[in-house]
Amino acid sequence: MTTTVQSVAAAPRQASRPARRRHRENGTGWAFIAPFGVFFLLFLIVPVVGGIWLSFTGQTLTGRGGDFIGIANYAEALADSDMWRSIGNTIWFTVLSTVPLIVIALVMAVLVGLGLPGQWLWRLSFFLPYLLASSVVSLFWIWMYNPQLGLINSFLGFFGGEPVAWLQDPDVAMIAIVVTTVWWTVGFNFLLYLAALQNIPEQQYEAAALDGAGKWRQLFSITIPQLAPTTVLLVILQVLASLKVFDQIYQMTGGGPGGATRSTVEYIFEAGFTGYRFGYSSAISYIFFALIVIVSISQFTIMNRRGARS
Amino acid sequence: MSSQLLIEERSATSAHPPAFTRKPKKARITPAGVGAVLVLALLAIAWLVPFVWAVITSLKTETDAGSTPVTLVPASGFTFDAYAKVLGEGNVLTWTFNSLFTSVMITLITVVTSALAAYAFSRLDFSGRRWLYAVVIGAIIIPPQVLIIPLFYEMLTLGLVDTYWGIILPQVIAPAMVFVLKKFFDQIPIELEEAARVDGASRLRVFLTIVLPLSRAVLAAVSIFVFIAAWNNFLWPFIVTNDTALMTLPVGLQTVKSAYGVQYAQSMALAILAALPLIIVFLIFQRQIIKGIATTGLGGQ
Repeated sequence: MTTTVQSVAAAPRQASRPARRRHRENGTGWAFIAPFGVFFLLFLIVPVVGGIWLSFTGQTLTGRGGDFIGIANYAEALADSDMWRSIGNTIWFTVLSTVPLIVIALVMAVLVGLGLPGQWLWRLSFFLPYLLASSVVSLFWIWMYNPQLGLINSFLGFFGGEPVAWLQDPDVAMIAIVVTTVWWTVGFNFLLYLAALQNIPEQQYEAAALDGAGKWRQLFSITIPQLAPTTVLLVILQVLASLKVFDQIYQMTGGGPGGATRSTVEYIFEAGFTGYRFGYSSAISYIFFALIVIVSISQFTIMNRRGARS
Repeated sequence: MSSQLLIEERSATSAHPPAFTRKPKKARITPAGVGAVLVLALLAIAWLVPFVWAVITSLKTETDAGSTPVTLVPASGFTFDAYAKVLGEGNVLTWTFNSLFTSVMITLITVVTSALAAYAFSRLDFSGRRWLYAVVIGAIIIPPQVLIIPLFYEMLTLGLVDTYWGIILPQVIAPAMVFVLKKFFDQIPIELEEAARVDGASRLRVFLTIVLPLSRAVLAAVSIFVFIAAWNNFLWPFIVTNDTALMTLPVGLQTVKSAYGVQYAQSMALAILAALPLIIVFLIFQRQIIKGIATTGLGGQ
């Protein structure tokens, strides 16, 4: 619009000026980006590209076998029942852990949000485990799960129950890992719910109380619907976090018994650092990455569709 | 990584620190209230038991810790023997130092480089800004676990295996932090900077003297979360260190775990010692939150 108003004589200058103005801070801009950019290039882009290259080679830790072998690694991985089992275990862990990690966090937050006495104690007990390193958590729980001396079996024995080999029995080992995981990380979801809870306008509750709605009614008609955006976000983040599980499984069961708890990241780790097959391990890494991307995209598609509908 | 994003976004976008803003309402004593307290107490006990049990075990003699039936109060009384033995072996202190050093370095480098980059993405006009920002944001989706093999291979090539830099450098890229900081810088009124710019201040000067002081809260939040993540990180330091003298706490703990075997008291003492530093940091951090509420409460009036 403005160019039509301006005189023809000024046109050449006008044409060159916007281009220069648009990028007038190239030097400064790139200087600010540079420190981050160098690390980003060296320790993110290079490994991403390097990993793709490795996945098409037979590279080993010893340095041999670096020749291009095409899609052989991918073909082998897709036919590898151990890999599929690790993906199955990972998905099973994700399903088992996500529900309690959301539901228990919500229950904790709603109860603490009531403003009962002992606020400091509740918050500290629920959040504290989140501050522990996985190795500490694993040491605690290996001890809790000890078949003869563990507190859990002693507790069961007190009520006449039979001792359970929590981490040695393939039927219950994954459950035991999930219990540990919930104990460890629920505090983070709890804090986010608590923060969201305190952003719900007090007036809504007052209005509902005036209309005669009891506490339960308020919980289901105000609190839970108002927390829905937080719940959606937490589910998305939780699923992605659970799919990447490695630490506590590796430390508590080593993927055992008999591979019953081995996750995909653990399989990547073992193929690379126990089997010394860097090429093959990289191929599994990218199959796993594809899984993560597919899950992320479907989550965001579902979220957007729901958002558009409401 | 991505789960940390949320909390920072909150503290970045809201003037009030999360979770501590509203004063607890006074609850009347009702049957439902009693029920709620009971459920809360049960949950809190369940969550505290593994801690308490570890502490109790660590204060027993090895004989008591390993004997059945399991008792709360050991036959030969409580003792600090297990702690003395664990500390006497010396490794724990080395690992604590290694954890502290690498985590501080990771935090420093991450926060400085991310803040500079975020400011450039937020305010500076340079060619390639858009696509570069798109690449950085896209990189949030890449799980660090996927890169362990090529990164280790790279570290072998660079000769950084079993060095502090080998632990530190691959952990300093945090695209999610760039995102959080950029969002925050976007909200700072541009007029504040323009006045200084007119007076001839350079971009760096504006960044250091105007933008950074305004961003203290968000920078603190980012630093704390980067630090905790680095302190607790297991997989990468585990891969890149074989030398016991260079291990971080989580890695050292995992490698000596089997060496302690049936010495349950010592193994729990080790776990408690490893847990303590961050718990102490958290208790200090908590006080800062409360202070923050006091100041924002006064400033808000």
